[in-house]
Amino acid sequence: MVKILKRAYLIIMLLFIYLPILILAVYSFTSATQIGAIRGFSLQNYVTLFTTPELTDMIRGTLLLALGSAAIATVLGTLGAIGAFYSGKRVSTLIGSLNQVPVVNADVVTGFSICILLVVVFHISKDTFIPLVAGHVTLCAPFVFLSVMPKIKQMDSSIYEAALDLGATPLTALFEIVIPQIVPGIVSGFALAITLSLDDYFISTYTKPAMFDTISTYVVNATKGSQTTIKTALWALSTVIFAVVVLIVIGMNVRALQKEGGSHAKE
Amino acid sequence: MRFSRKNLGIPYAVFLLLFVVAPLIVIVIYAFTNGQGQFTLENLTGFFTDPNTLGTLFYSLAIAFVTTVVCLLLAYPIAYILAMSELRTKSVIIMVFVLPMWINFSLRITALKEVLTLIEGNLARYPFTNAVVGITYDFLPFMILPIYTTLSKLDGALREAAMDLGADDLHTFLQVTLPLSVPGIVSGVSMVFLPAMTNYVVLDMLYNSTYIMGSLIGSYFSAYNWHGGSMIALILLAIICLFTLLTTEPGEENERGGALL
Repeated sequence: MVKILKRAYLIIMLLFIYLPILILAVYSFTSATQIGAIRGFSLQNYVTLFTTPELTDMIRGTLLLALGSAAIATVLGTLGAIGAFYSGKRVSTLIGSLNQVPVVNADVVTGFSICILLVVVFHISKDTFIPLVAGHVTLCAPFVFLSVMPKIKQMDSSIYEAALDLGATPLTALFEIVIPQIVPGIVSGFALAITLSLDDYFISTYTKPAMFDTISTYVVNATKGSQTTIKTALWALSTVIFAVVVLIVIGMNVRALQKEGGSHAKE
Repeated sequence: MRFSRKNLGIPYAVFLLLFVVAPLIVIVIYAFTNGQGQFTLENLTGFFTDPNTLGTLFYSLAIAFVTTVVCLLLAYPIAYILAMSELRTKSVIIMVFVLPMWINFSLRITALKEVLTLIEGNLARYPFTNAVVGITYDFLPFMILPIYTTLSKLDGALREAAMDLGADDLHTFLQVTLPLSVPGIVSGVSMVFLPAMTNYVVLDMLYNSTYIMGSLIGSYFSAYNWHGGSMIALILLAIICLFTLLTTEPGEENERGGALL
């Protein structure tokens, strides 16, 4: 009985989480302009999504921004974590606490304060994309730092010492010994940076050029407008993103299972 | 110069100074000056004497409080059922619960909006409920994940010991499991409460036109009033600091970032 209740609860919660997305997915394949209306099958939304320059530019822009900011954030955050780990206790605590600021801070405040500093005080035009990229890197780098740091702490430091004893230069030892050991942290930091950048609204809205839109800023503006073709094309976008996320998660799980299987085989 | 691993941190340290420390300093300066650059407390006193802005503060706190409680009440059983279950697939199921985290929030809120419109007819009729439902929908995974992580690390032997010593299920839960899961609850709460005070787009998208703290920054931003906006940002920062101090035990490292991974 309890078991059934537990199952039922999980299922109800899954429905709450997924029903809106799934309903939107179903309607994205019809010509309906409103949920609840019954219309025939149509791929028009997908055609609009992939052929309207405004939409494709916005998607490409969002992806480029996410990849670029995540790459910069990953390099900065990783080097920062290595540097902080090998610094004295005071420096390392200081970097660690400053790193925590954007993490706990509200995104509105982060975005607004970077806009004030760069645009209002230093008169850097938003059209240069410098405020936007700086904002996104500020959002992402701390999370890279946080995901790399535990890996550095777990690292076996004697291997690095051994490499130096065997004649490797510190720089070679860094690339050949340290970096490979912390790759899992770097990769998950990079992935996290990409998702944070893709999901961001507030930092973008305060720092982006007027003619540039990310998915979030575009969707928020589009929902205020009344253009139904765009509105329903965004249902298609939601469905595409949902499908991509599901595929990635399945892919990750399959890989994790294979790894598990592999390690069992070795035992 | 001899290569030292310490120096690798320099670019990031400079970056933090430029984009974390400097903006905060600028915010403080702007919050306490007026358009002519003179020192003033007007922005501060203005906020705490204007019934509108005070109303906004209390409305934000109310939304944040209700949303956090709702999220916690919904998320805890999910995390608990999954963490305690013997299912081999539970790590996959938890993944299914937090997967929406990776779908752009504005698209998810669009989906929710369409469904709510269908159910309620006119969204404007239930602004407070819609705000709570919307933010809950957006942030539920961030509450589930840290609680699940904490619960699944719990030593089962403690629960067995409680049972052996004669505690029933309810007492074991209330006196052993629940207290031990507090760190997860705290990190979940901190990930929901602050965004709930500031994430005004969710309200905007669901046609709730009442201001919350974040909307004030947005409106000052649109009016090019950097000084007023900075004061709101500073007040939010103070609330965030207070909240962080209350929720972080001395000497304990904040695991908010870690919980996401």
